[in-house]
Amino acid sequence: MVPLSYYLVLSAILFACGVTGFLIKRNIITIFMSIELMLNGVNLSFVAFAAQWHNLSGQVFVFFVMVVAAAEAAVGLAIIIAVFRTRETLNIDQVNLLKL
Amino acid sequence: MTENLHLWILPLLPLTGAAINGLFGKRFSRSMVASVGLTFAGAAFVWALWVASRFSSLPRLSLPYVVTVTTWLRSGSFQADYAFALDQLSLVMLLVVTGVGFLIHIYSVGYMWEEGGFYRFFSYLNLFMFFMLTLVLGSNYLVMFVGWEGVGLASYLLIGFYFTRDSAASAGKKAFIVNRIGDFGFLIALFLMIQHFGTLDFGKVFNATQALPAETSGAGFLTAIALLLMLGACGKSAQIPLYVWLPDAMEGPTPVSALIHAATMVTAGVYMVARSHIIFEHAPSAMIVVAIIGILTAFFAATIGIAQTDIKKVLAYSTVSQLGYMFLACGVGAFSAGIFHLMTHAFFKGLLFLAAGSVIHAIGGEQDMRKMGGLWKKIPWTWITMLIATCAIAGIPGLSGFFSKDEILWRAYQANWAYWFVGVFTAFLTSFYMFRLMFLTFAGEYRGAAGAPHGHEEHAGHGTHLGREEILPAQAPAPHGHGHGSGGIHESSWVMLGPLVVLALLSIAGGWIGANRFEHFLEPATGTVGALAAEPSTGTAEPATLPAAPAEEHGNERLMTGISVAAGLLGLGLAYLLYSAKPGLPDRIADALHALYTAVANKYWVDEMYATLFVKPLVGISTFVFWRGVDQTLIDGTLNGGAAGARELSDEVRHMESGNLRSYAGWIAIGAACVLAYMIWVGTR
Repeated sequence: MVPLSYYLVLSAILFACGVTGFLIKRNIITIFMSIELMLNGVNLSFVAFAAQWHNLSGQVFVFFVMVVAAAEAAVGLAIIIAVFRTRETLNIDQVNLLKL
Repeated sequence: MTENLHLWILPLLPLTGAAINGLFGKRFSRSMVASVGLTFAGAAFVWALWVASRFSSLPRLSLPYVVTVTTWLRSGSFQADYAFALDQLSLVMLLVVTGVGFLIHIYSVGYMWEEGGFYRFFSYLNLFMFFMLTLVLGSNYLVMFVGWEGVGLASYLLIGFYFTRDSAASAGKKAFIVNRIGDFGFLIALFLMIQHFGTLDFGKVFNATQALPAETSGAGFLTAIALLLMLGACGKSAQIPLYVWLPDAMEGPTPVSALIHAATMVTAGVYMVARSHIIFEHAPSAMIVVAIIGILTAFFAATIGIAQTDIKKVLAYSTVSQLGYMFLACGVGAFSAGIFHLMTHAFFKGLLFLAAGSVIHAIGGEQDMRKMGGLWKKIPWTWITMLIATCAIAGIPGLSGFFSKDEILWRAYQANWAYWFVGVFTAFLTSFYMFRLMFLTFAGEYRGAAGAPHGHEEHAGHGTHLGREEILPAQAPAPHGHGHGSGGIHESSWVMLGPLVVLALLSIAGGWIGANRFEHFLEPATGTVGALAAEPSTGTAEPATLPAAPAEEHGNERLMTGISVAAGLLGLGLAYLLYSAKPGLPDRIADALHALYTAVANKYWVDEMYATLFVKPLVGISTFVFWRGVDQTLIDGTLNGGAAGARELSDEVRHMESGNLRSYAGWIAIGAACVLAYMIWVGTR
């Protein structure tokens, strides 16, 4: 059996990748994917712990997260499409009309 | 049973007048303002007369007659009521305040008619009446203190009536600040009373004091209370060392000088000491202090009065001097004599000031006696009334001042012949400077500039008839000086002469009300005559022999009277010699006694001394330590520094709020990392 720490390290790596991508990327799609990456890094921790402690709560949580992520993807992608239609760009630094 | 006298109405009447004139007077016509002011002052006088007529029907034993309006404050066992009390002493004060006050109100209508701020003047004057009545009617020290402070306020407002004139404004401030020193003493005395007696009610305090032994040897808290009360009285009644404000107070309009700074307010200190006579009688050493302050002030102020050239300043120093007599009377235990002199003084000094006002009015605002002279033909009524008052103050037999001053001197002689000696010498000086004033003002030739420039157009009869104001020139709110300029010297209108005549009659008759009867009338309120004889340290204990040898004492008294009358006549003669018969002589005497004359003419440099000793250091400390040091550097520095620091910090911090999404995310990541690091650190410890 794969030890818990492996899963956790992988989860941490995924999450760190997500954070890094979120911080350094300008493309909205990439940022969006980075968020998904962070969510799934967390999901991995949840299922790992659930398997370790034979507790279903972690699994249930993961389902919730996936449901929310799916909804978020639907809404988020719709926003991205709308933004692209009006602004003709996906560079997040140029989508700053509401900034003072 | 006793009927309800409704004493509370007495102060309320002038307060109503003050409120009406103060709030709405600006829109009223002058005659309306005058009638409101006169109505309420007159109503108070009528009410006081009614109270006086009912007074004898009050049962003697129930005096003082107390009317409690409401409980003012209650704190633990301490309670102070808003209550008014009436006894013989306050009745006398009541009649003097409302009577003389009403006369001066009438006079003011004529005198102030052409001045700006007419409604303001009457509002203040009524306000003064309110506080003065509160002062004399209060049945405990706290209500008295309210009146005490209130008359100080009214005095301040009226001294600074011509507030655009710098000297008037600073004279008002000086009066207020000097009075603060006295009030400080009064207040501490009240605290001591609360501490020792737990009450401020006159009756309770005096009963408690009565039960205590007199502090004949050494000084206890009663002496302390008495001395502190005396400090308060010194401030209000312009005694050494706090008399300096009164001469400056002459910056106010002349009716104010007559009412507040001669007849009523300045006598509040005498009233307070007489009211507290039980405390003073139980503190013989304080009595000695009172007597010495009184006699020194009387003498000192009289010498200054000799060399003054401003007609009102002479009268001001004369007031200080006469107040000294009253305190001398209190100091030797002759409280009723002090109050008697207070009453007669209110008549003749009020009259002197009003007549002086009439003189000033007649010659167009000039106050320098050297520029007067020969006025008796031009303003005969003023001259006659002023002459009567002068004779009264000089102690010419038959006039009121003679009786009261003689009474004081006789009682002073019984206490200590030194008091008497200085007193008689002061009486000589009084007579001298008063007749000097008379000769300079009324006798000889007119020395003023003949065609002096006059303020505005001719007006022979001053506003006695209504509707006059339509033709009056519009006045600035507060004209500089007296705008009484008019063509030629003219007698004042009857609105002004009427009060003069009434006061002159009172100055003549006031004394006949009676040396002896007055004393017995006041006896319940001011203590038995000669009660002090039992106190060893106050004098030669001569009064003890009074019942034993009445004939001899009477002979003695007659001799004393003769001497004081002679002193008065001597003063008159000397004044005649110097200022009428040989006009060149005063200058030569002044040259001969150069140093003395300079000292007297400069009022012994007391003002300058106070300026150097107290005012300048205080101003210096205030400027450099409290203002620039504490206020500007410390307080402002801390506040402004704090504000500037917060601003700079915010300036830096606000750059975090960039609106850049990724920088926010970065901060969140850093925060999360910190939390994580902390958790790991805690976990591995």
